[in-house]
Amino acid sequence: MMTVLLAIGILVALALVFGAILGYANVRFHVEGDPIVDQIDAILPQTQCGQCGHPGCRPYAEAISNGEAINRCPPGGQATVQALADLLDVEAIPLDGGAEEPVQRVAVIREDECIGCTKCIQACPIDAILGAAKQMHTVISDECTGCDLCVEPCPVNCIDMVEVGVTSRTWSWEKPQGVGVQSAQIIATDRQTEAAQ
Amino acid sequence: MQTPPVYSFHGGIHPPENKTQSLQLPLGHPSLPRELILPLGQHIGQASRPLVEVGTKVKKGEAVAMNNGFLSSFLHAPTSGTISAIETRPIAHPSGLSDLCIILTPDGADEWIELEPLANWKDISKTDVLAFLSEKGIIGMGGAGFPTQVKLQGAHKHTLSHFIINAAECEPYITADDMLIREKTLELVLGIEILQHIVEADNVVIGIEDNKPTAIAALQQLLRERQSSIQVAVVPTKYPSGGEKQLIKLLTDKEVPSGQYPADIGILCQNVGTCIAVYEAIQQGRPLISRFTTLTGDALKAPQNVEVLLGTPIDHLLAYADLQENKLSRLVMGGPMMGFTLDSGNVPVVKTTNCVLAATKKELPAPYPEQACIRCGMCEQACPASLLPQQLLWFSKSQELEKAEHYNLFDCIECGACSYVCPSSIPLVQYYRHTKAEIRDTREAAVKSDIAKQRFEARKARHEAEAAEKEAKRLARQGAAKPAAKKPAKPAPEKADTAAPAPAVDEAAKKAKVDLAIAKAKLKKLEKALLEAQEKEHTEEISALQTQVDEAKKDIVELEKLVASAPAAAPVAKTAAPALSDEAKKAKVDVALASTKLKKAEKQLAEDPDNQELKDKVAGFTADLKAAQETFDKLGGDVKTAPATAKPVLSDEAKKAKVDVALASTKLKKAQKQLAEDPDNAEIKAKVAGFEKDLKEAEARFAKLDSAPTVQAAPAAKPAMSDEYKKAKVDVALASTKLKKLQKQLAEDEQNSELQGKVVEFEKALKDAEARLAALEAPTAASTPSDSSTVVTPAVDEEALRKLKIDSAIAKAAVKKAEKALAKAIELGSEDKDSLEQQVNKAKARAEELEQALQNGGQATTKPAESSDNGADDAEFKERLKKQKVAAALAKAQVNKLKRQLDADPSSECLQQALAVAEQKQQEEEAKLEQLTNTQENR
Repeated sequence: MMTVLLAIGILVALALVFGAILGYANVRFHVEGDPIVDQIDAILPQTQCGQCGHPGCRPYAEAISNGEAINRCPPGGQATVQALADLLDVEAIPLDGGAEEPVQRVAVIREDECIGCTKCIQACPIDAILGAAKQMHTVISDECTGCDLCVEPCPVNCIDMVEVGVTSRTWSWEKPQGVGVQSAQIIATDRQTEAAQ
Repeated sequence: MQTPPVYSFHGGIHPPENKTQSLQLPLGHPSLPRELILPLGQHIGQASRPLVEVGTKVKKGEAVAMNNGFLSSFLHAPTSGTISAIETRPIAHPSGLSDLCIILTPDGADEWIELEPLANWKDISKTDVLAFLSEKGIIGMGGAGFPTQVKLQGAHKHTLSHFIINAAECEPYITADDMLIREKTLELVLGIEILQHIVEADNVVIGIEDNKPTAIAALQQLLRERQSSIQVAVVPTKYPSGGEKQLIKLLTDKEVPSGQYPADIGILCQNVGTCIAVYEAIQQGRPLISRFTTLTGDALKAPQNVEVLLGTPIDHLLAYADLQENKLSRLVMGGPMMGFTLDSGNVPVVKTTNCVLAATKKELPAPYPEQACIRCGMCEQACPASLLPQQLLWFSKSQELEKAEHYNLFDCIECGACSYVCPSSIPLVQYYRHTKAEIRDTREAAVKSDIAKQRFEARKARHEAEAAEKEAKRLARQGAAKPAAKKPAKPAPEKADTAAPAPAVDEAAKKAKVDLAIAKAKLKKLEKALLEAQEKEHTEEISALQTQVDEAKKDIVELEKLVASAPAAAPVAKTAAPALSDEAKKAKVDVALASTKLKKAEKQLAEDPDNQELKDKVAGFTADLKAAQETFDKLGGDVKTAPATAKPVLSDEAKKAKVDVALASTKLKKAQKQLAEDPDNAEIKAKVAGFEKDLKEAEARFAKLDSAPTVQAAPAAKPAMSDEYKKAKVDVALASTKLKKLQKQLAEDEQNSELQGKVVEFEKALKDAEARLAALEAPTAASTPSDSSTVVTPAVDEEALRKLKIDSAIAKAAVKKAEKALAKAIELGSEDKDSLEQQVNKAKARAEELEQALQNGGQATTKPAESSDNGADDAEFKERLKKQKVAAALAKAQVNKLKRQLDADPSSECLQQALAVAEQKQQEEEAKLEQLTNTQENR
């Protein structure tokens, strides 16, 4: 009986000690803000396009941390969904509204048609449109994230979303197709005949 | 000349060399092609900027494009001719994509521009030499195309132990460097000497593979002849000994650390082609316009090395080397290991093209299908960079970019040795290339998204700052508008002469107080923003905010000083009673305004509880309200101490009270109208109740004030009495008008019990007023014939009468209060209804009693008062008329002014209210004036 009481006593004492340590650690190493939101925000593509239904990437990050679905970011594509799934340790679900891969686009203003209304400038979440009232506007294409938000407000529809084509400088080798794709040529004698030709 | 030691590097392979084919024929010189295609991006870094336009005639060696930034290069016309186009053409690139090219149509004259060699290169500064090299378009000819001046600049910063000239040319088939050394041995050595002058390395070593005996012999002979310190290190043939890091390992036994450049360990590598180009540029003034290229492959009948103008289409060269079209299966630019397949032969030779391989099917069979990795480890054995190709393959396949990077994927030189030895014919290099590109893309995307985030946050911060500024401006404007709106509301007949200095001081003090409140609110906001910024570590914002906060604090200190100095000035004003009472009124209005604002803000807050801005506003308003209340309290105290004998002040007060009554009734009407439109709105109901209360209070105040001065004035002179009489008349008129109006309303809306109640009330008020009028009329009539001799007697009664009147007013107020309490009790269904009712009755009885006594007393006392001299009376009357006229004119001017302001700013509620008040006042003044004129006429 004594042993049992002793064991219980020791366990209780241990629990108290560790509880105190944990409590102290909680106060001492308290992190201001929500680090998970920052981490989610870092994964999101920062186009600030609002296609997720939130006004910007950070609000969506906050919504995700509060349990919203992780597949609402079309500009990020499946890669972002995957990254979010890895981060949050949830299952990667297909992208909302079809799994088509995001195509990098930039807004281009047809400059002779621009009337200088500044509406697109106000709409641009990252100040990538340059211009002034009654002056022709133009898009700083290097800064444009292709969020589409300037297209809607334009009263003369002079903004096009143009796909950023692959140039010789942005081109990259494609991934090899992998094992088993060309298995028809696997027999050595077939290959030799071919080589002899 | 001693032979330098030669070490070895890990891995490497020995593929068939196939170098003899292209060395059978001497150096060829192909004819001028129909057109030369000069891509603007022949080097690593930014594409060059064209210096010519379509149609420009250029001479051989003239610059056609200049460098575009630091990491860029010049481009020169390889022959004389006309620029026929600047357009996108297919370029020599693994992607087969097109890029912007300058198209030069040769005129056949091949006319050089005047060449300006840099003869004094030994004397001028090294930077100038480098700039000269840059202008001559010299880039690394080994394959990567790194601008030479940039590489030399980088190396120049370090003390170099070794300057290595790369002549290894390890890739199979290629013999261009071999041929170059054979043909231009002297130029090579001279070029090395120039470079050595620039970089000043301890050792200069030419690294050359032992499969180029002729070139080695030629070099060694020349160096012996010149007694040069340049060493020739002959390295065994092994692929890829020509790789920069591998050659460094071979010649110095040093490894270039991962992620660093050879210059970081004191070593510089230059290709032989580059050395010769440097020599030609500096000693002959020739820009880089041609190069040696190997044309080889079994599909060519005459494989050979050629000195070819840059921009020459591959087709032209293949034709020169007798291409057998039917044999050609793959056209490769570069060697078989690291080269890439060309889709067509219409791409041009560029500065880095060292070989064109026209291979037959037998030579370069289609790659075998990829099979599963059997983990044989041969790739690891072959890897010259000592990497783990197998691991990298797994990571590449599974897109584990971080792990791939961790396994030093970026140290892979893409030599292809691993793929070459792989028994499963896995295209390892292609996997690595893809993964490298993906990592680069991810990095770029991260950078871009960071920039986008920064810009987004900057924009947000800017918008918030703008909003805050607007809010501050609005507050400041309101602070300014308050005194502005009140000035016009000042009673016109104010004794400006006595009060002039006092209001100025008080005005300033009040303004300072308002400013102080605003500044404090601003400071609070700023501090909050600062805290937020500190939390989020926005360093730029923090410093900006900190300065703002400091400024705001300074402002507050200043304002506090101002406020402190204001009370000191206030005592001056204390002697001037009218000014003070005026001030008090103003303060009261401030209090009312502030409380209204506060209520409004609170209502908004109730609708939108999360709105931080509103909260701030409420806080600000509360502060305002407190400040205003304080001022008011202080002033109220002052007023009490002020001499109560000054009659004009009190009449002023009375007028003010009247205005209050009018305002309250207007408000009440408005609210009632709203209520009629929306009967279920509890808020409006509450408002109506509040307004009714206000009205009653104002009326009570008015009644009190109204009676007080009259009592005091009554004994003084008769005109005061007549004034009272007139006032009573006006009251009667007003009450009857109101009653009529109410009755009309009641006719429209018979069910409205509230209205009914009011009608009854007004009827009572009317009766009261009429009674008062009758009471006044009686003494007036009685006093007219009376004698002036009886003046002494009423002096005693006078005091009693005043007391009576005050008591009566108090009693009336008590009645009203009791009634109100009763109404409330009834509304709430309270139990002490009866006791309250009793109280009301009691109060009423007392009031009536007092009224009766007052009337009696009035009749008694006022008799003698009427006996003053008619002549003096007349003069006073005239003066009063004049004053009234001025007052009326002033009121009118006020109204006009307000109307104009309102026109400019129709949305301002403040102005609208002020206008209503002013109009009311104008009407009153005019009515009074009319009465006075009438009385005058009657006399």
